[in-house]
Amino acid sequence: MKLISALIASLSFLSVFSLHAKADLKIGAVFPMTGPIATYGQESVNGMRMALEEINKTGIKGQKIELMVEDNKGEPVESANSARKLIHVNKVLAVIGSVASSNTLAQAPIAQEAKVPLMTPASTNPKVTQTGDFISRTCFTDDFQGVVMAKFAAENLKAKNAAIIVDNSSDYSKGLAKVFRTEFTRLGGKVIDTEFSYQQKDTDFRTLLQKMRRVKPDVVFLPGYYAEVGLILKQAREMGISVSFLGGDGWDSPTLQELAGPEGIKNNYISSHFSPDDKDPKVQNFVNEYVKRYKQKPGAMAALGYDAMLVMAHAMTNAKALDHENLKNSINSTKNFTGVTGNITIDGDRNAQKSAVVLETTAAGNVFKQKVNP
Amino acid sequence: MDEKLAFFFWDLGQYLLNGLAQGSIYALIALGYTMVYGIIRLINFAHGEFYMLGAFLGYFLIKSGTPFLVALPIAMVGSGLFAVLVERIVYRPIRHAGRIPALITALGVSLFLQYFGQNTVGADPKPFPSAIANETYFFGELMVTKIQLIIMGTALFLMLFLRWLVMSTKIGKAMRATSYNHQAAELMGIDTNSIISMTFFIGASLAGAAGVLVGMYYNTVEPMMGLIPGLKAFVAAVLGGIGIIPGAALGGLVLGVAENLVVGFWTSTYRDAVAFAILILILLVKPSGLLGKNTREKV
Repeated sequence: MKLISALIASLSFLSVFSLHAKADLKIGAVFPMTGPIATYGQESVNGMRMALEEINKTGIKGQKIELMVEDNKGEPVESANSARKLIHVNKVLAVIGSVASSNTLAQAPIAQEAKVPLMTPASTNPKVTQTGDFISRTCFTDDFQGVVMAKFAAENLKAKNAAIIVDNSSDYSKGLAKVFRTEFTRLGGKVIDTEFSYQQKDTDFRTLLQKMRRVKPDVVFLPGYYAEVGLILKQAREMGISVSFLGGDGWDSPTLQELAGPEGIKNNYISSHFSPDDKDPKVQNFVNEYVKRYKQKPGAMAALGYDAMLVMAHAMTNAKALDHENLKNSINSTKNFTGVTGNITIDGDRNAQKSAVVLETTAAGNVFKQKVNP
Repeated sequence: MDEKLAFFFWDLGQYLLNGLAQGSIYALIALGYTMVYGIIRLINFAHGEFYMLGAFLGYFLIKSGTPFLVALPIAMVGSGLFAVLVERIVYRPIRHAGRIPALITALGVSLFLQYFGQNTVGADPKPFPSAIANETYFFGELMVTKIQLIIMGTALFLMLFLRWLVMSTKIGKAMRATSYNHQAAELMGIDTNSIISMTFFIGASLAGAAGVLVGMYYNTVEPMMGLIPGLKAFVAAVLGGIGIIPGAALGGLVLGVAENLVVGFWTSTYRDAVAFAILILILLVKPSGLLGKNTREKV
């Protein structure tokens, strides 16, 4: 009922509004607002709305941006459906989203075919932007992230043997594992051959971990998403496995701490896009404002969502005309845009060249360890 | 080489143990499936959602400070009563319309509860409060956690209780009578409607118990959590011979152990594929399930 009345209210508001002013510029957003990676979607949209409020104070060429958020539940099929709806029914100017690479890969061909710009704030699998010239991203790729963690394992942790546990249902996880394997081997380390894998929504990892314990790794690379990673960490520590686990930005969610528990979370490291501890005044402003609005510290996804919205608005302002083609050209020529997640330049492959941070996960939150430039 | 062989046996033991813990949970859910099927020939696809409901009741109770030993029975009664309600307002009116409409209705109830859950409590996984400090006990290389012991103990106790209830009480006798012949039972003065309600109540409360145990074991609850275990429990029930109570328990344990052996000695990727291949093989050899022929004590 609430929903229906809200819908009616907003519809009537829109129709009145459109009589008096130019129609809003519609930007679509596809994010997992529910499902196993829901905190990513919620954080991203929080960040985007915060940016949007700043943008709409002045507007773009006299027009305001209207953000239309669709929930993809963290599933590829739903992502494709949402993208199709936004593009063909709502006729949005561009789409921002999604976070998990498997989901973004599902919607990329749809956007490319319709020639509508699709910008992902957080999908790091290299294949995402290879779909075509309308697909871009404002984050680094796994080719960079995997290298950062392989270096960290070999140089900082002095690890010789690494085991890899892969989420077989995720393109992100498989891609990152591949990069880590190559780089770690190149640095003189050895990746244990046995395949350790699981599927999204698995809950029992004891047998898998028992098997992994036998190969005695110095370090375990676990490029997964927080829902499963949290359980794996908890079960590993309960089994007395004390080795460090390394992960990527898929761990960067406040829920990880709750799922893994105080024992499970200790002594692990991740690569990510952003650290709220960064002393940069621009970052601190963002963190303070975010905490004031949402009563929690922003994670990487909030910062990435915030930056993506700003890059999109920046591209809209600079576009020759507000149509799909010109907006695409404007996005793809973004240079040195300073966001809270670093300097964003969209390169020839439509990826952003940016720095990464290595964080240590602790019960109190993620702690900044080092910054790695591309 | 010797050390390798020793490790092999330790690991085998460990996988079997993990399998038994997981299988106990499948078994608890499978019991409800099989009881309901036994009595009204309905494959109740909403059964996995009774399990989810039990898990959430446990989650909210334990979060608000209720001790585990109090929360478990309350969650069981809660899911049981809910199942009775569902039976009364959804299944009973269409009971005489045939099996396919009933099956479709059950699917509808299942989907409704999943998405209703997502809308009310949200779809993100919630960390289950730790009701009991988990300890790990080591026997040589073998390890077992306190919660695994609690799961296996509770499952065993509930299965024995069910066995006693069905075989040695008046209610159990009435349940068996209703299962053999609905109309004859009614003619003998058995109120079959309340016996069916009772069956739903018992089946769902076992699933509710499994839900709380799983919440504690894996430390997470979410509205879609009933989907896969519900499916697996259905497989377990068929594996053991649907409608047969000890069959459901056996089927659950076999499935749990098989899954863990596949993960341990091969790869997780083929876990479900192998588990289901086993099901097909068993059904090819014995179409009525593992305990299909000799012990036909349906409920």
